[in-house]
Amino acid sequence: MLEQLEGSQAVARTVALCRPEVIPAYPISPQTHIVEALSAMVKEGGLSPCEFINVESEYAAMSVAIGASATGARTYTATASQGLLYMAEALYNASGLGLPIVMTIANRAIGAPINIWNDHSDSMSQRDSGWIQLYVESNQEAVDTHALAFRLAEELSLPVMVCMDGFILTHAYERIDLPAQAQVDAFLPAYEPRQVLDPADPVTIGAMVGPEAFTEVKYLAHVKQMQALDLLPELAGELGASLGREQYPLLRSYRCEDAETIVVALGSVLGTIEDAVDQLRARGMKIGALGIKAFRPFPLEEIRAALAPAGHVVVIEKALAVGIGGIVAQNVRNALAAGGARVSTVIAGLGGRPITTTSLIGLFEDAAADRLQATTFLDLNTELVERELARTRAKRRSGPHAENMLRDIGAVAAGPV
Amino acid sequence: MRGSPRRCFSGEVFQVRIHGRGGQGVVTAAELLSLAAFHEGRHAQAFPSFGSERTGAPVVAFCRIDDHEIRTREPVSEPDALIVQDPTLLHQVDVFGGLRPDGYVLINSGRSFDELGLGDWTGAFRHERLLTVAAGDIARRHIGQMRPNAALLGGLAALTSVVSLDAVAKAIGDRFRGSLAEANAAAATECFEQVGEELHAHA
Repeated sequence: MLEQLEGSQAVARTVALCRPEVIPAYPISPQTHIVEALSAMVKEGGLSPCEFINVESEYAAMSVAIGASATGARTYTATASQGLLYMAEALYNASGLGLPIVMTIANRAIGAPINIWNDHSDSMSQRDSGWIQLYVESNQEAVDTHALAFRLAEELSLPVMVCMDGFILTHAYERIDLPAQAQVDAFLPAYEPRQVLDPADPVTIGAMVGPEAFTEVKYLAHVKQMQALDLLPELAGELGASLGREQYPLLRSYRCEDAETIVVALGSVLGTIEDAVDQLRARGMKIGALGIKAFRPFPLEEIRAALAPAGHVVVIEKALAVGIGGIVAQNVRNALAAGGARVSTVIAGLGGRPITTTSLIGLFEDAAADRLQATTFLDLNTELVERELARTRAKRRSGPHAENMLRDIGAVAAGPV
Repeated sequence: MRGSPRRCFSGEVFQVRIHGRGGQGVVTAAELLSLAAFHEGRHAQAFPSFGSERTGAPVVAFCRIDDHEIRTREPVSEPDALIVQDPTLLHQVDVFGGLRPDGYVLINSGRSFDELGLGDWTGAFRHERLLTVAAGDIARRHIGQMRPNAALLGGLAALTSVVSLDAVAKAIGDRFRGSLAEANAAAATECFEQVGEELHAHA
């Protein structure tokens, strides 16, 4: 049934339809609305049997999730930003032990400087943690992808992150078609663990492994995750047929058929990019967009095929790998054959800076006219940067960058404090 | 793979920006407006300007209404309509920034544009689309609080016809319960009528 819902509420209700049995959670913006809604459902009896556990930190949230999942409980949690970093050690244990935990990441920047707004720094920092990562463009896709994530996780016995843009999606109200309980039940059968801690049939998991087999265990983790590239399209096809909505399991290609320039991105910015592509197509520019939904595992061959028409690939990414530049762009380069398309990196939308159609159109015109540098920072306030650099050159103790620059733009009271 | 474009840019989308202060229900207003449009079978997207959660701090929320799926996620920079829930913002924040030349403005105030010191500013715009209404007073009478968000949506319905008063009332019924829903709906209705009378007087 169609409803007008906040993204977080839509996700919480979908997670409830997936019948999780344990939810350990710790609040952090912009993820909080999701677990708040789930805790209310558990308390009011709308989600039963399910244990909601208020833990003291994100580290504890993931540790409890590991314990719960290992005993055969369908387990869910959500986090963002510094919360995900605080989980980092436990994340590797969840994936290394092969526990099918599903976690929503309400994508948010990482400090310092502290910033609660959206970018992809948090989940990108954990891209190699062994978790499957799926990025969604809209709240409808977030809803469908959560059902998909539980099934995928449990089929492969691997944990899955569903990454949705914090605030931009989590706090947006839009039209949502929630699946019916019967549809979710038919798609997602009761959890049948591949391994379980059961007193009646005791095993240990989490053995120490030395050099004699560590490589082999890690190799298997890779092989197992790569299976998602085949399984995702299969499961998405099944889910799509049930829901009557097309699903985009790995990639989403928009007007790429004869495109000379293809813009690659992840997440909610794809909508704005598609609007910009339409405007430029109307002016005769041969441009298309490619959304990467499955970032881990990375669909190398599918991306190579999708980018085949392009002479120039422009990767827009909401994270910065300090010291090198783009993260997604590095992965995309791996997908391209030697001598293939030129790849430009564009860092955009950091810490919640809006990515506007106007800026994108200017950027794509620059790309088409070959005016883009290898790495571009969209809408960078160069004057602000130059002023601060001049200050650091002029005086050794010139003060902290963040405070100096806020003062320059008038965001805090001028003058020394 | 996705097929043909769902639509080209057409300018059919109606974009609303709502200014107020933390605690005045600015985000709720955008949500209610999107619900009202949803009830009329339209696509609507409402979202806050993210992060200003302190009581009294300037807050902005947005709502887009369209007959087609809304894909863009950028903040509304060229609104078709502006609601200003707190007139003390007028000389503190650039509330009118980017307003389209044929745009609508509804300010919560018992004073006129001239009395608010905005007489010079109105020149470039269509005067019959710029209104003030004492929505805070209306809200206080009905709800017992100076929370003018629902009342102003009634006013917006009268001023722009982008949604109907019935749809606004239905949205209020979704969001609030019992006497609070009734009081907010009554405030929206009174504001709708006042704005309607004022428009009639203009015409």
